[in-house]
Amino acid sequence: MLNVQDTAVGKVSTDTEEPIGCRIPYSVFTDDAFYKAEQEHLFRGPTWNFVALEAEVPNPGDFKSTFIGDTPVVVTRDKDQSLHVVVNRCAHRGATVCRARQGNVPHLECVYHQWAYELNGDLMGVPFRRGIKGKGGMPADFDLKQHGLVKLRVEALNGLVFATFSQEVEPLTDYLGPLITKHVERIMCRPIKILGNQRQFIHGNWKLYAENTRDPYHASLLHLFHNTFGLYRSTQTGECLMDESKRHSFLYSKAGSNDAARDSEVYQDSRSFDTSFSLQDPSLLAGRSEFPDGITLVILALYPNLILQQISNTLAVRQIVTHGPDSFELVWTQFGYADDDAEMDAIRLKQSNLIGPAGMISMEDGEAVEIVQQAVSSDRKARSYIAMGGGGADDADHLVTEGAIIGFWQNYREMVGIEERVS
Amino acid sequence: MDLSTLPRTELLREVTDLIALHAELIDDDQLEAWPDLFVEDCHYSVLPRENADRGLPVATIFCDSRGMLVDRIVSLRRANIFPVHHYRHIISTSRIHEVRSDAIVAHTNYLVLQTRNTGRSFVYNAGKYVDEIVFSSGKFLFRSKKAIFDTDLIDTLMVRPI
Repeated sequence: MLNVQDTAVGKVSTDTEEPIGCRIPYSVFTDDAFYKAEQEHLFRGPTWNFVALEAEVPNPGDFKSTFIGDTPVVVTRDKDQSLHVVVNRCAHRGATVCRARQGNVPHLECVYHQWAYELNGDLMGVPFRRGIKGKGGMPADFDLKQHGLVKLRVEALNGLVFATFSQEVEPLTDYLGPLITKHVERIMCRPIKILGNQRQFIHGNWKLYAENTRDPYHASLLHLFHNTFGLYRSTQTGECLMDESKRHSFLYSKAGSNDAARDSEVYQDSRSFDTSFSLQDPSLLAGRSEFPDGITLVILALYPNLILQQISNTLAVRQIVTHGPDSFELVWTQFGYADDDAEMDAIRLKQSNLIGPAGMISMEDGEAVEIVQQAVSSDRKARSYIAMGGGGADDADHLVTEGAIIGFWQNYREMVGIEERVS
Repeated sequence: MDLSTLPRTELLREVTDLIALHAELIDDDQLEAWPDLFVEDCHYSVLPRENADRGLPVATIFCDSRGMLVDRIVSLRRANIFPVHHYRHIISTSRIHEVRSDAIVAHTNYLVLQTRNTGRSFVYNAGKYVDEIVFSSGKFLFRSKKAIFDTDLIDTLMVRPI
């Protein structure tokens, strides 16, 4: 008899005629009930959500408008350099307070009735509070202190800013765990400079992208460019590891471990291993070795809304913003280090052709998410089957695994629930 | 040839022709001929207005040689996976911004409609071309072409040049 564990996510019993592996009902990707529940229990629940890079709000008065799930928030830099995150919704009658994507202001002010807030969200004043010529005005017991913007807890780790609606969730580095914290610190090892944004609208559920970024199995099979030019192959030295809670994943590989003879034997006539494809201008792939550990690809998937990546010399955060059960926005913010020289600037700019919505090794992910969404939309009882690597939420010292996807679903089940919400 | 000595109407006609041909080659899927509209040592970029306005360098597509244009097309044909689609460019009247002895700088608004196999067309990318056009080997060619786009929420992905 096979080794089994009776849980619907992870290995399951052969006695129930279920194959070993993880099965997820497709309604998690299509039903509004899941979407509403995850906004409340996950994005506004006990999770730390990425909201900004500190370098996006370097100066006092700088702000950036963004979203946690679909809740609008503003990140501000205060006069004392501290960071605040508040819900971008006036305490009066709900208007959007910050309407620009970013800017610099002495304080926040709602245009509707000019309610003004400090950068930390405290209400400063209300026009006509005492009325005009003794008429009108707010009730006598109106207390400014009771009517500020909703404030979130904020923590920064080496330039990445996170916020949470939860008073209970553990401090950020405990939430991330030592492995993930270490590898965030590896990439965010010194001051950065912002190189620009790219925004991508994907007609699919955000969790399909959470799966995609915890999936080393697909990367050399879907992305021909990755495989053909050896940027990533499942034959490379690499691992797919998780934190203790299995919420987050850390996937890395080393292009230095490519072996042309072995790799062509493993991939044989695979579509994505095309030895006849060469570049007219190979300068696209000319980079610099940046990290002494030889790791050339890192995908850190931080639960629930962030991917921090290093692919060759490209560095970027990808923030997931949900738009509904069947669509999300992916905001790519590319960066370099503040001390990059002119040649490194040029390398990063050219290699940015690899990533983003038009990226040679990333554009396919948009299509992969959509072809799943299109096929699962009407069949609510059907389920996926996830078992590569053994069928459990297990770390792997190789790249032929889906263990981290199962880890994601275990956490989602605990936080949002799965089977009980399938209608 | 000193371009600044030529009549403006003639320059405008050449600019208009080149930009129209650029659109037509892309829309008609004659992509292999598209790099030939550029000089060898060219610059082509498709960049979000958001970055352009803030002076940030990241472009969605960035090529600094004709070889890179060819590689984009070969990659589209052989490597990339994307929804089946067509483009339809709608091009505004061009305005000649500057004439130098060796180059014309022209500004042109564009709209790219996309149609996938659902049969519906939608505005995929709206923006402005900033073109630097030179006379080289007997032809007017792009030395630099920037498509600075307003539609910075790219629908699904971008594989085809703008």
